[in-house]
Amino acid sequence: MSLRADRRRVRRDLAVRRAGRFGLWLSPFVVYLFLWVPILVLIVFSFNDASSISVWRGFTTRWYENIFQNTISAGTEAARFQTGLLLRAVRNSLLVAAVSTLIATTLGTMIALAISRGRFPGRRLLDSFLYLPVVIPDITQGVSLAVFFNIVFAAAQELLGVRWTPGFATIVIAHVAFNISYVAIVVRARLAGMDPRLEEAGRDLGANGFQTFWRITFPNLFPGILAGALLAFTLSLDDFVITFFNAGVGTTTLPLFVYGMLKQRVPPEINAISALMILASILLVGGSLLLQQRGDRRQRG
Amino acid sequence: MSNQGLPSRPPRRRRYVSARQGLVGLLTPGTLWLLLFFLLPLVFVAVSSFMSRGPGGQPVEPFTLAQYERTFTTFGPVLWRSIRVALVATLVSLLLGYPVAFFISRRRNPGVRLLLLFLVLLPFWTNFLVRTYALITILQRDGLLNGLLQSLGLLAEPLQLLFTPSAVMVGLVYGYLPFMILPIYASVEALDLRYIEASNDLGANDFTTFWRVVFPLTLPGVIAGCILVFIPAIGAYVTPDLMGGTRGLMIGNLIQSQFGGRGNVPLGSAISMVLLALVFVAVFVYSRYGQQEDA
Repeated sequence: MSLRADRRRVRRDLAVRRAGRFGLWLSPFVVYLFLWVPILVLIVFSFNDASSISVWRGFTTRWYENIFQNTISAGTEAARFQTGLLLRAVRNSLLVAAVSTLIATTLGTMIALAISRGRFPGRRLLDSFLYLPVVIPDITQGVSLAVFFNIVFAAAQELLGVRWTPGFATIVIAHVAFNISYVAIVVRARLAGMDPRLEEAGRDLGANGFQTFWRITFPNLFPGILAGALLAFTLSLDDFVITFFNAGVGTTTLPLFVYGMLKQRVPPEINAISALMILASILLVGGSLLLQQRGDRRQRG
Repeated sequence: MSNQGLPSRPPRRRRYVSARQGLVGLLTPGTLWLLLFFLLPLVFVAVSSFMSRGPGGQPVEPFTLAQYERTFTTFGPVLWRSIRVALVATLVSLLLGYPVAFFISRRRNPGVRLLLLFLVLLPFWTNFLVRTYALITILQRDGLLNGLLQSLGLLAEPLQLLFTPSAVMVGLVYGYLPFMILPIYASVEALDLRYIEASNDLGANDFTTFWRVVFPLTLPGVIAGCILVFIPAIGAYVTPDLMGGTRGLMIGNLIQSQFGGRGNVPLGSAISMVLLALVFVAVFVYSRYGQQEDA
């Protein structure tokens, strides 16, 4: 090969490298803008002295004051009622999330322990079955549970003469049904990373099954259980679709409330409400990450 | 194992029996809950999809394939649009997400890596509806994007950006991009850099190295990411509902409308089954080509 061809090739390769480097810097920049600009704009305009979201008319905190003084939208009697609804939705969401997380974490951890420590027929089948609620679209789960509750409620009316209606219980049942899998998968991952010799040592030193679990397995597993519970809590708080199909009249959760605001009439306070929700989730995630990191450090130390 | 034949064997056997009882106790509640409140409802929907529409939209006999026929004829266009929108959203997420995952994993400072990952995840942890609303405020007719383009003199009239299939696509990318970035990040992170050095030493330029070495080695992460984006995208309800208008409706909206007041439960069930089949195709592709070695 001639020197000139070589030189051309080197020049071309350098151009490729420069283009690659440039693209590698530019595209993350664009993606981070794409992810963050809508959220930052929303937060900034929650302080805008107009209900517009594109024209800046000066700084105000009145939307926040309205929310905290229970006077959404100019303080009419009807609007005051709305702030009450918002607070009730927050309370419903927290209650549903707490109860369903408690149940799902318990049942999910139990399944994870059985699958990774036990040998029984159908173990592999159960293992793959656990992934179904994770992959099946929430709309299918929500709709099928609604159909199921419809049939059960009709049967209850006919056979027992009781009138059941969807509400708090149906939402919790639905949330537990999709959260068991997430918890079991997270806890299983932790169990897989645990040295089984620890438990064997416990048994060899004379501990019975319960003692081994309580003094060895559980403390080692705790970060995994906590991670699973946090995931379940977040998924429950965030779920709209499945709740939408299985909620009753008096059991509006926060996502249902936000959806109602977006679909019916958008109050000017919506930016402030959204900004508060973003702040809350940042605090929640930041806090849980800190907790986890501290837990990990203790594990290592 | 090693103490076989030693006198300590009988208590071991007793423990085995109690362990078996314990196993049943561990398994029963959760499995029962899943069978009763997850699998059985799906079976109901599957059966209902082969039935006819009765009073109040409820399923009645006779059994028929008519609902599936209607799904593929009347609602065929919506099915195709959903598949198309979900596929394009997946592809765009891949094109946007791969360089970001690569970029993050190449930072040398672990603190910077953590921060960059955190910045990808944080929007993801805020409520989906709030995020969708944030994007709507940017894209709507009197929103920031139109305002910006107009003040720059690039537009005379505001563009109709919302309520189109493209708007839905952008919304889905916005919603599920972290699902693409994380698995790709994991597989780039696991990549042995000596392969890149070897490729460079053997005279390949960066482009060739990427296509012939880096990309194939991170393919499991790419496929995992694509599946993780495609599955929620094909089953999306909120995004097309809020951003799609009538032109951007997807399968999820069809299903919802059949379970409402003047609905048709068997038809909605049939559409749900078709959606399920699409998801299972994606899962099959994943289980075939997308498994990472220790994930």
